[in-house]
Amino acid sequence: MQIEKKEFKPTIVAFCCNWCSYAGADLAGTNRLNYPADVKIIRVPCSCRVNPMFILRAFQRGADGVILCGCHPGDCHYTTGNYYARRRMTLLFSMLDFLGIERGRTRVEWVSAAEGAKFAQTMNEFVETIISLGENKRLEDLRCKK
Amino acid sequence: MENKQQLTEQILRMSGVNARKCMRCGKCTATCPSFDEMEYHPHQFVYMVEKGDIEPLMKSESLYTCLTCFACVERCPRNVEPAKLVEAVRLAVIREQGANHLKPQDLPELWDEDLPQQAIVSAFRKYSK
Amino acid sequence: MQKIGVFVCWCGSNIAGTVDVHAVAETLKKEPGVVFSTDYQYMCSEAGQNLIKDSIKEYGLTGVVICSCSPRMHENTFRKAAQSVGLNPYMVEVANIREQCSWIHKDMATATEKAVILGRAAIAKVHLNAPLTAGESPVVKRALVIGGGIAGIQTALDIAEAGFEVDIVEKSPTIGGKMAQIDKTFPTLDCAACILTPKMVEAAQQEKIKIYSYSEVDEVKGFVGNFSVKIRRKARYVNEDICTGCGVCTEKCPQKKVPNEFNLGMDNRRAIYIPFAQAVPKVATIDPNYCTMLKTGKCGVCSKVCTAKAIDYTQKDEFVEAQYGAIVVATGFNPISLEKYDEFAYSQSPDVVTSLEYERLMNAAGPTSGTLLRPSDLTHPKTIVFVQCVGSRCDGGDKGKPYCSKVCCMYTAKHAMLTREKYPDTDVYVFYIDVRTPGKNFDEFYRRAVEDYGVHYIKGMVGKVVPQDGKLKVQASDLLSNEQLHIDADMVVLAAAIEPDKTARPLATMLTASMDTNDFFTEAHPKLRPVESPTAGVFLSGMCQGPKDIPETVSQASAAAAKVIGLLAKDKLTCNPCVAHSDEQLCNGCSSCEKVCPYGAITYQDKEFRMPNRTVAVRRVASVNPAVCQGCGACTVACPSGAMDLNGFSNRQIMAEVDAICK
Repeated sequence: MQIEKKEFKPTIVAFCCNWCSYAGADLAGTNRLNYPADVKIIRVPCSCRVNPMFILRAFQRGADGVILCGCHPGDCHYTTGNYYARRRMTLLFSMLDFLGIERGRTRVEWVSAAEGAKFAQTMNEFVETIISLGENKRLEDLRCKK
Repeated sequence: MENKQQLTEQILRMSGVNARKCMRCGKCTATCPSFDEMEYHPHQFVYMVEKGDIEPLMKSESLYTCLTCFACVERCPRNVEPAKLVEAVRLAVIREQGANHLKPQDLPELWDEDLPQQAIVSAFRKYSK
Repeated sequence: MQKIGVFVCWCGSNIAGTVDVHAVAETLKKEPGVVFSTDYQYMCSEAGQNLIKDSIKEYGLTGVVICSCSPRMHENTFRKAAQSVGLNPYMVEVANIREQCSWIHKDMATATEKAVILGRAAIAKVHLNAPLTAGESPVVKRALVIGGGIAGIQTALDIAEAGFEVDIVEKSPTIGGKMAQIDKTFPTLDCAACILTPKMVEAAQQEKIKIYSYSEVDEVKGFVGNFSVKIRRKARYVNEDICTGCGVCTEKCPQKKVPNEFNLGMDNRRAIYIPFAQAVPKVATIDPNYCTMLKTGKCGVCSKVCTAKAIDYTQKDEFVEAQYGAIVVATGFNPISLEKYDEFAYSQSPDVVTSLEYERLMNAAGPTSGTLLRPSDLTHPKTIVFVQCVGSRCDGGDKGKPYCSKVCCMYTAKHAMLTREKYPDTDVYVFYIDVRTPGKNFDEFYRRAVEDYGVHYIKGMVGKVVPQDGKLKVQASDLLSNEQLHIDADMVVLAAAIEPDKTARPLATMLTASMDTNDFFTEAHPKLRPVESPTAGVFLSGMCQGPKDIPETVSQASAAAAKVIGLLAKDKLTCNPCVAHSDEQLCNGCSSCEKVCPYGAITYQDKEFRMPNRTVAVRRVASVNPAVCQGCGACTVACPSGAMDLNGFSNRQIMAEVDAICK
């Protein structure tokens, strides 16, 4: 009898700012730069739109990693949004760390609209990290798995 | 060739200077009080370090005619700090020789009436321990 | 429950090559709420759009999901198509299965699976979409120009020419700015005053332009189309409407020792003064820091000699409140203070001058009536040393400004050339790091200074200047001949870096317009929107945005005017409907949202709420001005009670997307 070894396919949510990182992701696509299909992008108007609740929700629903991409510091379309995002995420990630969600599962990255290559590279690295960390069990709510 | 690169990196590390910041304005040379005594003038010094020509500098008398007055450091608009490079090359010379080569008793022979006091103090700081 | 239609685009083989579009359409058909699902070769084509329109009508769709290229590409196309058949355009969502799926994945199974998930997320979002209507806000047909230099004047004239009212606020007693102090302009060498003063007069005579001279902006409220500005009219102790500008008072005033700022303190004026002969408005102003009458109450000479009876020692600052549709910032520049640069002996010798001071020394209306005399002993200088890049191109911080001031190379060439022309027996040295002369006829001008006028250009820098025995001992380097030079000069002219006017920073705070680290205003886009500030309704003109020469300033001023005219020509502004709104039932008036809002779009009002037992309570609640809100969403996260939400990207919508992806 052969036991079927199931390959680990992580679920990764990427929040991308409409003005830079989402455009950066589009550029990665236009340039045909590969990154794993495990990454699913959600478009937000600005990185500061990302409520920590969204990230908690993702982990609750079984996401294995969450990445937030915004404009480079000083380049925010809304002047200061990415600074708010940076502070909020610093706090949230340290709390998640305390709860047992490894630091590697969360990440903030600045990707401009011109940095398609950086976007693809970041996603490749992030997926690799998540695969090495394995499945996220800590915050997953099994009641949601129906 | 590799040695040359290592030496350059060593000088940059010891001095903490980023020679690439130089915009070649020449204010260091313009301000240098010991210009006439020098084979390599401050701006050349910076440029040669940037290019990696350290060995001619180590052999040059310019190292010891620099008064370490820091006028170039003070006035450089780009914060390149040429005098620190001079110090670093001096140190490289000492390290290569493996020992201090100046003893107080050797001094009277070398004594020069016109030698600025600051240069003597500077020399002692560098060469005697 | 929404009735959703799903349209999967092949994009030729761009999507269909790696994604099984048919399978995606079939799978998504099973999602709750989906009543119609299909795939088509090119959704963005005329036929594709018709397919969408027909399906909306046929199935009575209330929501549309299009699985195609990036929404940055065709979202508007599809929204317009939906709108044309009566569906609210904001009920259309795009799932990006080209840039973010088919183009980056090679394996068909994985790509198809991902496309389905992205489609599901979009469907989940559409379920929670609500029809949005773009609001409208009225436009006040009047513009405010802050700063009355050449930039401000040009902008105001162009706007007035188009038939709109413009107000100019200028902090000094006259408009004209720095250009009025300049003697000649490069590269044509025409007289600055001769080309500027007609424009000043034109601004004064233009019916649509109102000039508030000797005034400052105190407060700015409101938003694009409807700014409310409080202008402080500083007391000039002279009734502007009565004063004829005859100038008798400025000759009779006994207080003669007031440094004349128009000549940069190189000569004196009286306590009551008119800055210069062609001043606009030509009215006297009393300087309260020097006037004996205002300080001790004993004098009153000017009042006695004034035949028009315009002097009023009791005048107070007045405030004007006015409404504007657009604001143009034209606050200009100043040369930096040279106190830090001790090596050039600027504060030790009067013969070391800045280029602007040199400009006054060359000017016929200047302290020496146009004869070049050195300030210390009023003799003709025989050797003049010009030093470039003083405080420009430095390492930042204490050393000076990190940028190139742009105009110094050209005005130094001009000074050197004019000096050699008027006084051929003078030796002129210019120490340069690089000579930067990009511009029409600029390099030719510089070459003329060298070749025809014999100016000595030396690649190198001045290290120190020592005043000694009535001479200036200049020690400098000549890098090309590898020499140190010692020059006995009679005058040293420093090309000081320029910096934005000090009033720009507090003004930027009032306008919520952003600035860079050097206090220059930032533009909305460095390439494509160079005269607009990122703050809607605020425009930039002249040096306040970055170093510029006069032709560039004038073209930017006209460009800013064109943008203002475009705005004022509209009766109403359409707003972005994806803005924040607060749920008044949940809001507790804590002000968290107001603090994070970069646009000042959130205000608080006391509102009455019906409470149990027929009582009424007054609570402080936030309200968002949809015309100002740009929809970043910072407030939605800051709100501790969850009252703030963003239209089009609501908490529930994004949560639904997260859920769909993590399923």
